[in-house]
Amino acid sequence: MNVLELVDVVKRYPGDPPVEALRGVSLAVREGEMLAIVGRSGSGKSTLLHIMGTLDTASEGTVRIAGFDTSTLGDRQLSAVRARRIGFVFQQFFLLDGMSVLDNAANGLLYSGLPLHERRATARRALERVGLGHRLRHVPAQLSGGERQRVAIARAVVHRPALILADEPTGNLDSASGASLLGLLHELHAEGATIAVITHDREVAAATPRQVLIEDGRIVADSAW
Amino acid sequence: MITTVPAPSRVHAAELFRLGSVGLRTRRLRASLSGLGVAIGIAAMVAVLGVSSSSSANLLAQLDQLGTNLLTVTPGNTFLGESATLPHEAPATIGRLDSVQGVSSTASIANVTVRRTDQVPVSNTNGIILRWADLSLLATLQGSVYRGQWLNPASERFPAVVLGWVTAQRLGIVDLDQPTQVDVGGRWYTVVGLLRSMPLAPEIDRSALIGLPVAQSDSPDTVYVRADPNHVLPTLNVLPAAANPEHPEQVNVSRPSDALAARAAAQGTFTSLFLGLGAVALLVGGVGIANVMVISVLERRSEIGLRRALGATRLLVGVQFLSESLLLSLLGGAGGVALGAAATWVYAQVNALPAVVPAVAVGGGLGAALVVGAIAGLYPANRAARLSPTEALRTV
Repeated sequence: MNVLELVDVVKRYPGDPPVEALRGVSLAVREGEMLAIVGRSGSGKSTLLHIMGTLDTASEGTVRIAGFDTSTLGDRQLSAVRARRIGFVFQQFFLLDGMSVLDNAANGLLYSGLPLHERRATARRALERVGLGHRLRHVPAQLSGGERQRVAIARAVVHRPALILADEPTGNLDSASGASLLGLLHELHAEGATIAVITHDREVAAATPRQVLIEDGRIVADSAW
Repeated sequence: MITTVPAPSRVHAAELFRLGSVGLRTRRLRASLSGLGVAIGIAAMVAVLGVSSSSSANLLAQLDQLGTNLLTVTPGNTFLGESATLPHEAPATIGRLDSVQGVSSTASIANVTVRRTDQVPVSNTNGIILRWADLSLLATLQGSVYRGQWLNPASERFPAVVLGWVTAQRLGIVDLDQPTQVDVGGRWYTVVGLLRSMPLAPEIDRSALIGLPVAQSDSPDTVYVRADPNHVLPTLNVLPAAANPEHPEQVNVSRPSDALAARAAAQGTFTSLFLGLGAVALLVGGVGIANVMVISVLERRSEIGLRRALGATRLLVGVQFLSESLLLSLLGGAGGVALGAAATWVYAQVNALPAVVPAVAVGGGLGAALVVGAIAGLYPANRAARLSPTEALRTV
């Protein structure tokens, strides 16, 4: 089944003249798939990521996530979709400085309503999975870039989301840590996770089973076609 | 395909405090400084209330001790506006009232100066008034002797003088270890006693007292009456007629303890002035918190974006910032209450007063801090909540 389905999605930003960041994008992501969305900066891939992740809404078209149409949902329900169905990995990691690695990973479950000890127990397993079982008590400032991004991945997977959206996950990493991190994403995919990686890096894209090329707000090539 | 919408985002109830404290824990110095603003305001208010209740507790305790049953009878004015006099026999007729426990009379003696020596210019009176006094005066006023003794049937017939508390100070007489004389109207009088201060009869504090036989005076100008404590007001009402049956309208009756009670109340007016100043300080503290919170929202844009990506609703983001502001002001308020209570305690110790921090000051202080925190946090919280996730996540 489709985890995510975009049909003729248009995103228009108001202005004079209005800017069309997406001009009719249709895309379906199947459960268990791993794909790369590739495009130059300004191609609309960040807007696409935001709409796929319900952080933004489409001006036209339909966005279905795990089967329900997001255009009919309000802030509360969209937030619930993000809290329970989507995991984000950002280029800038966005870890909270004042918290331990364990609590940062547990933040993936923060808005689930689970009590702290359960969130921590689940986060510990996720951190062990990404190879950071020995770093639980450290704070982000004590970690390398690659390790920080692994914490962010643990945070993104800790609630077992239907879809993981990774926005330039290797963008702030050196090539060795980047490669190792991509390896981790491939492993998670092999274990059944659905992952969309947004990148401008064609090498990163080349390693993924499916590549979607976006230019000027349109999908111009999709290896699944 | 029919799928149910996922259960809404929510945080565990115990989580709100943690959420609110995250920002404070990571920026401790800034949090303490902005909390300090509120703390100073609250401390000022608590200290003002504490200090004034401590002093009025002291005044009221004094009042209890002095009693509220002392009445003074003085002559008023005649119908034509001239000064009236009290009849000679006024003390005796007053004494016949059932509800009167003690009567004493005194009168000032005009145009007689009391000086340390005959070398002091006559014009230099120091504001000291010479009075004659009944032997019972000290007992009626419930005064006490600081040095020496009160007039007695023997000394009241001789040039002997007892000095009031202020008089003794103005004449520079601190003890009677040496035989001490003062010049009274050109004649040497021996100082036989010094009185302690009498809060209910400050005019006696400023007097030099001699016996009636020496003074050879006539009608009293002040009659002090100790009334039965249970019948003070009825006594007060019948005193004019008792003092001067022919012209009761020419008699003034007053209750000196009213002046003390008025002083306790007058302190209240100062209190509201200082409370106002404290409120201004609190307001400034609140503006400080609002300022810090607004900056915090700007600085933590990416955190807000992250939280929205993690599934926080607008409301939850707003609640987080509001609870942070409340927590900050509450900490400031608690610190302020402690500070104000400490200041009250020190003031009370220094002035030998009972330390009283009214519960209303503690409760009101914390309440005011919370209100300030809520108001200060409302705008920043609203701003944080309205920030769109995509804008918040955009790298600067």
